[in-house]
Order: sequence, then C-alpha cells, then structure tokens
Amino acid sequence: MSKKVPINHLRELESEAIYVIREVVSQFENPVMLFSGGKDSIVMFHMARKAFYPAKVPFPLMHIDTGHNFQETLDFRDWLVQETGVKLIVRYVQDSIDKGRVVEETGYTASRNKLQTITLLDAIEELKIDCAMGGGRRDEEKARAKERFFSHRDEFGQWDPKNQRPELWNLFNGRKNLGEHFRVFPISNWTEMDVWQYILLENIPIPSLYFSHEREVFERDGVLYAKTPYLKMKDTEKTEKRIVRFRTIGDATCTGAIESLANSVEDIIREVAATRITERGGRADDKRSEAAMEDRKIEGYF
Amino acid sequence: MEDKTIERSYLDMELLRFTTAGSVDDGKSTLIGRLLYDSKAIFQDQLEAIERASIKKGEEYVNLALLTDGLRAEREQGITIDVAYRYFHTPKRKFIIADTPGHVQYTRNMVTGASTANAAVILVDARHGVIEQTIRHAYIASLLRIPHVIVCVNKMDLVEFRQEVFDNIQQKFHGFATHLDLYDVRFIPISALLGDNVVDRSKNMDWYQGPTLMYLLENLYISNDYNQLDSRFPVQYVIRPQSIEFHDYRGYAGRMASGTFRVGDRVKVLPSGFTTTIKGIDFWTDHLESITAPQSGTIILEDDLDVSRGCMIISEENGIKQGQDIELMVCWLGDKPMIPGGKYALKHTTNDLRCMVKEVKYKVDFNTLEKDYSNKSIGMNDIACISIRTTKPLFYDSYRQNRVTGSLILIDEATNVTVGAGMII
Repeated sequence: MSKKVPINHLRELESEAIYVIREVVSQFENPVMLFSGGKDSIVMFHMARKAFYPAKVPFPLMHIDTGHNFQETLDFRDWLVQETGVKLIVRYVQDSIDKGRVVEETGYTASRNKLQTITLLDAIEELKIDCAMGGGRRDEEKARAKERFFSHRDEFGQWDPKNQRPELWNLFNGRKNLGEHFRVFPISNWTEMDVWQYILLENIPIPSLYFSHEREVFERDGVLYAKTPYLKMKDTEKTEKRIVRFRTIGDATCTGAIESLANSVEDIIREVAATRITERGGRADDKRSEAAMEDRKIEGYF
Repeated sequence: MEDKTIERSYLDMELLRFTTAGSVDDGKSTLIGRLLYDSKAIFQDQLEAIERASIKKGEEYVNLALLTDGLRAEREQGITIDVAYRYFHTPKRKFIIADTPGHVQYTRNMVTGASTANAAVILVDARHGVIEQTIRHAYIASLLRIPHVIVCVNKMDLVEFRQEVFDNIQQKFHGFATHLDLYDVRFIPISALLGDNVVDRSKNMDWYQGPTLMYLLENLYISNDYNQLDSRFPVQYVIRPQSIEFHDYRGYAGRMASGTFRVGDRVKVLPSGFTTTIKGIDFWTDHLESITAPQSGTIILEDDLDVSRGCMIISEENGIKQGQDIELMVCWLGDKPMIPGGKYALKHTTNDLRCMVKEVKYKVDFNTLEKDYSNKSIGMNDIACISIRTTKPLFYDSYRQNRVTGSLILIDEATNVTVGAGMII
C-alpha cells in the first residue's frame, strides 16, 4: 500500500505533536503520558503509537484515578491497554486521602478535582518521573493560552507563569536540575474541533459517554449532572431521564452533560460547529473563580 | 448539503501561523478580539464573561482585549505580559495567532512569536504614525525572516478615515523598510474597534480598493514559505522494535526540515559523510513514496550505517555548510547579560552541544537600526552579531535560506534557562 499524505492543517498539527512526543523520549529518562480516558489524551496516545511504530510506545500511561470516574471511562481505559499492550500506572486519590495527604472536600459541590494535584505530584516524586505529557490545549482556557509545549516545574512541582522559558522555532529546552520535572503538551495548538476532526479522520475509538444516550440526570446552576453516588444531591433537586452526551470527560462530580442526539463522530462535529458555548462551559471546576485554572496550574495541576 | 461540507471541508484546510505586534494601546487586543468575534471563534459564555467585566470597569464598548489577557497579573495591570496563543478558523484556513505584548522591554516575546510565523501583522496607530516601535517590529520581522508582513493602520476612525494619513504612513514605512529584508509587505487601513476592513469591507473608506485583513490572511500564498530546494532530515530518534515480526527493522524518525525525499533518492548522512539510498519512508502502517517538510516520518536506508540522534540526512548533490566557527545574529533573552568568552549550551536541530562566545562584532542600535561597534555589552532584548566556536562541527544553512537548519538557541548551563535566540548568517 502506497499513498501520499496531504499536508492539510490536521496533518501539520499531527506532525508537530509527533515531533514533540519524540523530543520527550529523546530528552527525558523517565517520561509518562497522563491519561484520563478523555478524547484529548486518547488522541495524544494515538499519535504516540504512530510516532514509534512498529516499536511499542516507549513510556507508560499514568492515570490519576479520583475514584469518581464514570465506569464507561474505566472500561474504555482497560480495553485500550489490553488492545495496545501499553503499560499503565494508576495512582489513587483515595490513597492520598487515606494517608492524610489531602482532606476530602465536603458539601454539595465537593469534588476531588483539586485533590488530584497532590496525588499526581506524589506519584511524580515516588516514581522519579522527569516528564509528564498531558493533553492540555491552549484553546481550552485563558491561563492555558500562555503555556509552553515544554513547561518547566520546580522541585515543588509548581508552575511560574510569569517566568517561563522562551520557546523558539522547534527547539525545545528540556534541561533541568535534579528533582525538577517538565510537563509537556504535544497538542497545545489543537482546538476542540481539530480533535474531533482528527478522531474522524483516523477513525479513533472513544468512550461511549461522548455519544448520545439515556441517563438519569439532575440540573444544578444550569448544568446537567449525572446521578452518581459521588455527587450529593440537595433535597430540592430531582433526577429525570434525559437523552444526553458528554462534551468533556472529567469526574462525575464536575462534568456537565448536554442534551444531544449526536451518536456518531460526524454528528458531534456538526454539533461542535453549531455550538456557541465553550466545552469547559460545563465544567464546575473552572467556574470557581476567574483565575481558577491559573491557580490550580501554579500548584501543579494537569 | 451544507452539513456534509462541515465534516469534510477540514481536509482542504491549510494552517497559517501569524504574529501580531503593536505598541501599547495600538488596539492589538481589540483587533484580535475582532478577528475572533467576527469569525465566530468567541463563544457565548466567553462573550458574556467579558461583557460583565467591561460593565464592571465602566467601559463604553465591550472590551475585547479582556479575552486575550489570560493571567491574573495581566488583567490587574491591564497589560499583556507573555506570548498568548489564539486560534480561529474560516472554511479556508486554520489560524494560530501568537499574540505578543507591545512594550519595549518585551522584544524577546515578539522574537519568540515571530520564530514560527508565516506572517506578521504590525499595527500602527493612525494618529501617531510610524514610531520607533514600528521600526523595531519591522526589523524583527525582517531578522526572523517572516515571509509576509501586513501593516494595519489602525484607528482610522479617529482621523476621519482620511486617505492622506494612510498614504503618509505607507510612505514613511517604505522609507525605512528599504534597509530591511522584507519581501512581501501589504498595507490596510482599518478600525479594529468598529470592524472596518477587518473582516468586512469598510463603508467609510471608498478610496481603499485593496483586500480586507481577513481576506489577506485567508489568501496569502504560503506554499513557498518552507524551503523546498534543500532536502534536510535531522534524525530525532532511532526506531528499533527488536520484535520477532520486525526483527531487523531500523528506522530513522524525524521531521523533514526542508525539501522533499523520495524512495530511491541518493542521500548523504552527516557527520560520517557516507552515502546511501533511501529504501523506504514509513509513517505508521503506511509506506510513503515521499516525505516533504513539515511532515514527520521514518526513513529507512539501504545500507547499515552508524546513524543516531543528531545526525542529518541530506541529498547527495546538495551540500550543507559545516564548521565549528559560526557567525550569527543573536537576540538576547536572558536577564543576565551575555558573557563575552562565556560558555553556553547550544541546541541546533536535534543536536545538543556547547559553545563559547568568541566575539561580539556589533550591537544593533534599536533606535537607528545602525551597527554599533563601540558598545558591546549585550543584555536582555539586545540584538547583536556575534561569533561562536562550538565543541563539535555543526551542519547548517544560513537562516536566510532555511529557518530550521539556520536557527539555534543558547542555554545558560547554570540555570538551564534559554538565554539566546540565534540566526546563523
């Protein structure tokens, strides 16, 4: 089979991401790829496989499991690991709670979203990880728009947004001192639409949560939440069955569903093209304050 | 069927990266906000958020600048500190904007944004005309070899949309630009605030017959922006599966820096200088006939040679410069001044080495663009011509010919911070 790959914008973004992933493997000794089971990390992992084929992906995936995942996400993760033979490392927020490293939030808006930072930083220290690749995109949130491809973290895992290394051409500087690490974002330049178009182009499997399905949900502050054991409902809140899908996949406690009939990637692309709300518009974790993302990132969030 | 085109149209979209430069209050953020807003890249929740913020600040119009200032310190001080990347698309192209701050002290950010740009949008305030900052921005665009420069004369609404204001600025710009290395410069009179000639044609300036900014961005001819003549493939990583199925597989992974390779091409591998033939070009499970910049792929060679990261595969007949004594233009990015005779780590393509600064030939006076042979202290934001000696030979082209094989960065070995951006002469 022989064919010429055209250089459209998706192929150029793909080439860039593959270049970045190969730089990581060349510049770091013990990298991991953070994997949440969401579409961004799935696309990133797909390109990692392309980058090293026919060899195996030369680093493990790492999942920071909050314990509040949708079961569909976990099933998909395990299927993907089985299918591709990649090594998977899982670290649990529950362990951090049990060890007293973090204190569980309480109340109706309780979420483990913020707690995962500690679990992640502990894992990086424990496993001597010198680079963690993430599926963050600059178009997601305004603090992310300032992020480098190669983002330096000090020995406390902190990001210093006002003092970032200049990043020129395609020359990525991954030099660091012992105990420091890097976060690398291969799909920095992708938008939500690019990700979906690429999923369609490459025919990449994704969790069923992204497609339209019937689910028991309840409404809070204009956001539809799934009924799960992890999210405490108020007495006034009532669940009902609706036809929904998820635009992003995070914890059940902070990811809103949207009413949708889209049940193919083509449908989703049409929906994304028509929608007027950002994908993180349904994320309670970003709504906590105007600088919510910046603050979490400084501490060492994904 | 319009729906059909939404799903498939992306296969014909090109990518254009551009940088925006302007002084404080030139209306740069407003222009970007306008491009994003008129191309519907701003979402309802984002718009509502900045509407709320504008009202809170007591502003008359919706302040689109609030969209682009991402860090808390930037919002508090009302200035842009760091390069921010923005995205939008039209049916024709996807755009990446490197939005760089306009303050004098942030030259390094413009250099950063310019390094990967196909085009530079330089804003000039119609009331103030060509100022020092404009000259600096044009100089950086020239130094960084940005293929296309679009000068937007903004705030035309504040000069009654008068043609002579626009003509004067155009003339002034040409006056100093003749000393620069710019080869595609366009001028557009706009009002970013009101939207004139940004996406929609102005109704206030009948005298201007040229394209709108959006039309230009969509139609600039960018296929020639990559060097297509000199085939260079810096080896990034060696793929050796060591599995039963691919027992003898040995592929050289990388990204084509310039030009094209085809299966069957005769090539030379540097630094060894051995020649061989390209046996195959793989990408994932596909076997390709050719690979063209900026594609990533894996090259398989006919002969078993010693090839590793840092080597470069070039076409046999097309030479490349080699040497340890390199002359370059450097933009200093570090907060500590450059140390004459100092040693720095150096990154060039996929190569890591060290170098020593041998000599500062001259510094560029940013006010006159003249060469200053007397003042040779190089601090942050300075641009200078220097010579260095590297620990091992570099294979390179001049930056003029090749932005990938002609660029390098210098790194402070003590702090690991990137302190210099180099363009080889």
